[in-house]
Amino acid sequence: MQPHIQVKNLNVHYGRTHVLKDINLEILPQQITVIMGPSGCGKTTLLKTLNRFIELVDGTRVTGQILLDGQDIYSNDVDVTEVRKRIGLLAQRPQPLPMSIAANVAYGMQIHRMKSNRQEVRKSVQHYLEVAGLWEEVSHRLNDPATSLSTGQQQRLCLARGLAIEPEIILGDEPTSALDPISSQHIEKRLLTLKDTYTTIIVTHTLRQAKRLADQVIFMYLGEVIEAGPADAVFNHPKVERTQQYLAGLF
Amino acid sequence: MKKKIHRRYLAEFVARVLMIGSFALVALILGLILWTLIQKGLPSLTWEMVSQTPKGGFYLGKEGGILNAILGSLYMAGGGTLIALIFSLPIAIYLNTYLGSSRWGNYVRLVLDILWGIPSIVYGAFGFIIMLSMGMRASLLGGTITLTLLALPIMTRAMDEVIRRMPTDLSEAALALGSTRLEIALRVTLPQMLPGILTAVLLAFGRVIGDAASVLFTAGYTDNIPTTLFRPVASLPLAVFFQLGTPFPEVQQRAYASALILTILVLILSIGSRLISSRLNKYTIK
Repeated sequence: MQPHIQVKNLNVHYGRTHVLKDINLEILPQQITVIMGPSGCGKTTLLKTLNRFIELVDGTRVTGQILLDGQDIYSNDVDVTEVRKRIGLLAQRPQPLPMSIAANVAYGMQIHRMKSNRQEVRKSVQHYLEVAGLWEEVSHRLNDPATSLSTGQQQRLCLARGLAIEPEIILGDEPTSALDPISSQHIEKRLLTLKDTYTTIIVTHTLRQAKRLADQVIFMYLGEVIEAGPADAVFNHPKVERTQQYLAGLF
Repeated sequence: MKKKIHRRYLAEFVARVLMIGSFALVALILGLILWTLIQKGLPSLTWEMVSQTPKGGFYLGKEGGILNAILGSLYMAGGGTLIALIFSLPIAIYLNTYLGSSRWGNYVRLVLDILWGIPSIVYGAFGFIIMLSMGMRASLLGGTITLTLLALPIMTRAMDEVIRRMPTDLSEAALALGSTRLEIALRVTLPQMLPGILTAVLLAFGRVIGDAASVLFTAGYTDNIPTTLFRPVASLPLAVFFQLGTPFPEVQQRAYASALILTILVLILSIGSRLISSRLNKYTIK
């Protein structure tokens, strides 16, 4: 299978700290890749390099390459908004935009001029709210403020909003960590149904969630990738001692 | 575990007394000002006062009103605030979107802070010199432009402080969807910060409508209702100033009535904008 994303010799420095060290990875399409590791191991930083959010932090230096279908997303002739359109992000806490529920979903389609008329926008809003499993709960109050939803509903709204710009890749930065167990389950269920269509990369610090979701696993420790591979192999037959210790709950 | 008079409790008690004391002092002063205005001004605050221009002998205590000054002030302060808004909103957005807390951004803020601190009589004198060099007379246009200059730094800095408080998470959410910085500024930051921006506009309006020194040379004074941009125009602060300066008690009382009108105007505007603001609040992220 052709990898969707290739990370080659990626190094990231925050000022003088070397946070990501010589990362080399291949992310496969139509699978859920879970990045796990103890806090501070650089998993969120790695995720942020994938949609070029790393540039928002002052004093960072990124070297190496990240190839999306063979094209380096850090190359000078690449439009960063296009990168972020193709690579959606589900953040740790849901962050709705200051507008109505429907407008939140429509926002991305509008700025990227993806639809030619209101009718189409409305249809897509419904479609993506259905995909995110929120439609039935909000269909009668699409014009209410997005903040009137519960946290769990807001996260599904953020999912719908992200999917509406038709990305190829979904990044999730501990997307359930702020949610209650039932809402988390909702999101996990959605991610599992969506994986046939999208390449999904999820950062998590809970091992159980990793086991529930992962097709591929990347285990990181102190800025390095310690072990990466199919979920079954990493979970059941880890090759590296560190991974074994982590899976055993030793740190 | 017996309760002791501890130094920490004493400190808290003293701090609370100080806070309540300061608050009471401010409330007292405001109350006294309002009381003076109402007590001295209310008897003269007739319908005639707000619906007529000064007739012959008005400044000796005869009939007439100060409609000329009410309209003049509303025109100048309203116009000045609107023009200032047209300039300060883009400046505030640029300051936050592209300069941020960079060195240049902070230079701009410093300049605006200095402009804010310059006494309004200097704006008046500056406006007057410019007008002289262009061969302009004291006029509605001159007064409006001077008030615009006076309002600009206040409004821009107030908006800047508001927009600066935009939550990072919110702009990042919009960035993650592939927005450009301009799209975020216009479609996310503005709606989110609209109530605060309205407050900034109001702050500037309140400052310029009550300013006498800047319009003294630039707008002049007249007993007529303004009909053209190029003629002198009356204003409420100057109406207060001139009437207070007369030796006649009836006229002095009208000065207090004029001040009361000015205060009521600002009050109506404040309440109005608060009502609007609470409607605009509907979609903002708390």
